Amino acid sequence: MRTKLGYAAGLSVLAATTIAFAWPSGGSIGGKVTYEGTPAKQKPIDMSKEPSCAQQHPTPITTETVVVGAGNALQNVIVYISAGAPDESSPPAQAVSITQKGCQYLPHVVPIVVNQELKVVNDDQTSHNIHPLAKINHEWNKSQPPGTPPFSEKFDKPEFIPVKCNVHPWMHGTFAVLKNSHYAVSGGDGGFTLPNLPPGKYTVTAWHESYGEQTQDVTISGNETKTINFVFKAKPY
Amino acid sequence: MRIPQLVKLCLSIAAALTIPMLSSAQQMESHIGKLNGHSDAGKQLFYRYCWGCHGFRGDGNGENWLPTGSFFEPYMNIQPRNFVAATFKCRSTPTGTLPTDEDLYNAIKRGFVMSNMPSWITLTDQNRADLIAFIKTFSARWKNEKSGNPINVPPEPKLTTESIKHGQELFQKLECWKCHGQEGRGDGPSAATLTDSNDQPIRPYNFAVGSRFKCGVTNQDLYKIFMTGLDGTPMPSFADVIKPDDAWDLVHFLRTLQVTHKSPELALWESTKEGAQQVASRKVSGTPTGSGIKQ
Repeated sequence: MRTKLGYAAGLSVLAATTIAFAWPSGGSIGGKVTYEGTPAKQKPIDMSKEPSCAQQHPTPITTETVVVGAGNALQNVIVYISAGAPDESSPPAQAVSITQKGCQYLPHVVPIVVNQELKVVNDDQTSHNIHPLAKINHEWNKSQPPGTPPFSEKFDKPEFIPVKCNVHPWMHGTFAVLKNSHYAVSGGDGGFTLPNLPPGKYTVTAWHESYGEQTQDVTISGNETKTINFVFKAKPY
Repeated sequence: MRIPQLVKLCLSIAAALTIPMLSSAQQMESHIGKLNGHSDAGKQLFYRYCWGCHGFRGDGNGENWLPTGSFFEPYMNIQPRNFVAATFKCRSTPTGTLPTDEDLYNAIKRGFVMSNMPSWITLTDQNRADLIAFIKTFSARWKNEKSGNPINVPPEPKLTTESIKHGQELFQKLECWKCHGQEGRGDGPSAATLTDSNDQPIRPYNFAVGSRFKCGVTNQDLYKIFMTGLDGTPMPSFADVIKPDDAWDLVHFLRTLQVTHKSPELALWESTKEGAQQVASRKVSGTPTGSGIKQ
């Protein structure tokens, strides 16, 4: 009995400390991104001109301009704090990676902070050229043949930059250069979380490559968790 | 009484339009060797010779340009350079950087083969330097940034058949043929889908029909084209993936694709059995601009 009690007490202490350490500093904003209406049907991609990539996809993959999940969930939406959080003077030390595999960009949308290192990897047996069509940042275009090591780049101004590979015209992605690291990308269930937010007034922006932008104002006090949802109007074309 | 009022109105509108233009205009200079260009002088020249194509605001939307899909058929195949975007094809500097004043000066002097940009040899050297200074007033990039550092072009090694053969291997390995075609006629599998950064169709260079390249005529120019890339187009930079010696081998091979241009590289290649067969089998077809490519 005594041992059991002691065991339980020990456990509860352990649990309490775990909670205390895991508790995020400040509040958080979470929620779900969904669509209403009929989204455009995604077309299968014909990779027959690039056999080394085609054979990686037993069933042809489709375009990714709109990716949805169960319950009208909308994936690949970048949700970020567009106002209220200070600009980060030094970028996160950790690099963000984009991998070209099976003639696809993994991930499809890449949020990154101003001046943060972007690592570009080619996992394919074909040459890709990485061509960010920047308007505010500098446009550049680099070839990356198979077997060449990853290279790193940076963007020094906030901008949503479409990126493409000219050799494989179906390859499209986005580099989202943001002013701070309070961002999330909606997953397969449309869910997102922005943790570690100090109390304050924030503008949260949700960006989708086909459906544009939406914003909501949220005030966080203390350690509270606020829930906000975004609903995008889907267009059938 | 009415007419003077109308005149007054016109004058005030004109003044309202002109004053912000004058106040926003910044002074720029260019330095090419011993030449020093000034934007004030260049402005006069620009609004005499250049703006019909490059536009009043230097954004490449002059009245001579019509984008694809316009009601009237455009008679220019390539959109005039947009100086506001400050993205330039022919540079001696790495991809993503501003060209040097000399790069731009050479471009005006040389013109762009297979486009509507002529060679401005009728202008004086000073005129061209002044024009460069003026086109730098269209983008703030020229104020906030320095030109890139020109890439190092090591001396050209001796031409050998081994060098050409190795260049041919690189042409395969780096998949140049995906766009330029196996015989360099600009008809590779990806050729028909290519667009420039303004979503206008653009075709890869057809080596078979010409002797001149977009950015010059020499082997050094050719070296720079693929090492720096042509910014604003699908042509990427290979500077990070080709070693200088390999780059020269590729230059030597690319010259043999120019079957209508008598070069030392072509002559040497044709003197070998393999090369002679290869050159003889190559067809000269297509147009310099690749406009005949259909898929």
